[in-house]
Amino acid sequence: MTLTATWRRRLPYVGVAAVVAYCLAPFYWMVVSSLRRNDDIFSTSLFPSPLSFDNYQAVFSPSQGFSRALLNSLIVAGITTALALLLATFTAYAMARLDFRFKRLILTLIIATSMFPVVSIVVPLLKLFTDIGWINTYQAMIVPSMSFALPLAVWNLTTFFRQMPDELEHAAMVDGCTRGQAFRRIIIPLAAPGIFTTAIITFIAAWNEFLIALSMTNKPGMQTATVAISKFSGATTYQTPFGSQMAAGVIVTIPLVIMVLLFQRRIVAGLTAGAAK
Amino acid sequence: MLTIVVIYPTLMALNESLYGPKGLDPKTGFISNTEPFVGLKNYTDIFTQAGDRFWNAFWNTTLFTVVTVLLETVIGVAMALIMHKAFRGRAVVRASILVPWAIPTAISGLLWRWIFNADGIANVLVGQQVLWTADGFAAKIAVIIADVWKTAPFIGLLVLAGLQVIPKEVYEAARIDGASALRQFWHITLPLVKPALLVAVLFRCLDALRMFDLPYILIGAQKNSVETLSMLAQNEASNVRFGPASAYAVLLFLYVFLIALAFVRLLGADLVGDGGVRSGRERRTGRRGAVALRRAEVTA
Repeated sequence: MTLTATWRRRLPYVGVAAVVAYCLAPFYWMVVSSLRRNDDIFSTSLFPSPLSFDNYQAVFSPSQGFSRALLNSLIVAGITTALALLLATFTAYAMARLDFRFKRLILTLIIATSMFPVVSIVVPLLKLFTDIGWINTYQAMIVPSMSFALPLAVWNLTTFFRQMPDELEHAAMVDGCTRGQAFRRIIIPLAAPGIFTTAIITFIAAWNEFLIALSMTNKPGMQTATVAISKFSGATTYQTPFGSQMAAGVIVTIPLVIMVLLFQRRIVAGLTAGAAK
Repeated sequence: MLTIVVIYPTLMALNESLYGPKGLDPKTGFISNTEPFVGLKNYTDIFTQAGDRFWNAFWNTTLFTVVTVLLETVIGVAMALIMHKAFRGRAVVRASILVPWAIPTAISGLLWRWIFNADGIANVLVGQQVLWTADGFAAKIAVIIADVWKTAPFIGLLVLAGLQVIPKEVYEAARIDGASALRQFWHITLPLVKPALLVAVLFRCLDALRMFDLPYILIGAQKNSVETLSMLAQNEASNVRFGPASAYAVLLFLYVFLIALAFVRLLGADLVGDGGVRSGRERRTGRRGAVALRRAEVTA
């Protein structure tokens, strides 16, 4: 009896350990592999020995052009996030506060667009961009990325704005603010946490984008990090440089993991806000 | 803005799908500048010459969607139940559950490619030499495992959010009535999280239907065993065969649309099935749940 009681108390923690292991083991393996020397890259020991940073040096060797790819990713994801936030803030405020015809239809359309298979817009855009000479430009990656970043940001922000009581602006307007001033001085500062959460989620989505970046570039210098890594080549033709791929993977993932760890409460709240209410 | 980035290209795709590849101009002998109008030929071709590749991609897409969503749901619900029971260590679990979600799909493709390498850890653990990433049945399994790993924790996270709002009293009442843990799960937990779960499953399905990065990187482009409709369309487009590429993209879009419609019917039927006693508030909650899940899914 006591034995089963102890087990009853312990079982959840065994479960928790299992869940954590399930989530982290492959990631751990990537980190460990990236720290091995090239000679013992196929070793299956759980710890890298001797510890080596060769792979990280290889990743940043000028011939790989990886720093450039990181910069490209930063530019594309950064501008996409900024643009999406800017447009979405106004759209979402309108959606949450104003009453106008076809509002439901527009909201439905926005949610529907985020379900679109990206490939169905990439194909025609690829042709269009080829015609107007936009291939290998930042805008060719940013514009299509808006198709998923914008609905995402609008939805997120609409929920946040809806949670804020109407009285806030009314009070401000009674005190002599115009609607625009009330929006700028009262709503934006109060919604800052929501906007921030939306920014993180949108940025992660844009940073992780692959299909658009792959289709719209054919020059190594314009590739984003995710595309560049997938095209890393080894010293010899038939050798896949797993070591440097893993190292590059860790580098691309680490900023996201740090963000997730720092803001986990907020991200989870943002992702499940509606679901939990 | 959305009109520009989504609706216009979709119409363009529809239009484009009616044109064939640039051919030789019979008058001049040069490659003509315009693409010939071929009507529905790109669509009818899937029943004839180009059909094999299309149907292969179609069945791959369907198989991946059904199997991964099924596994993800089961594992995700199990994870949510575990996390719901554990009081300490929740922060650790929450942080670790977000890691697979945050890793770019492209990177997780590489990561699993490394794990499934012929000399990789997967074969050591299995104790057999399986050529996972070569074209073949094992490649399908590799893609499914990698996808389930990435998204199951996420379903867990969303189901957990649903679990946490179920009032404790319901379970106490059930316990007093002598219901076993299994009965409680089946008759209380599951029905109460069902709306949220169904919506999560819908969006996972739609996401799986457009799968691209993972098989593309894990196994490679133009591999029969894992080629999905997205990969097929992208491949055709990058080979400047815009007509067929658009036709495939449009068909994928229709497929996604049909599945979404079927689910809306199902969800709608579910709402009606409750005897119409659901209050407006509850229905609103369901919709808001859908919104949150949707939001989450795009990033996943």
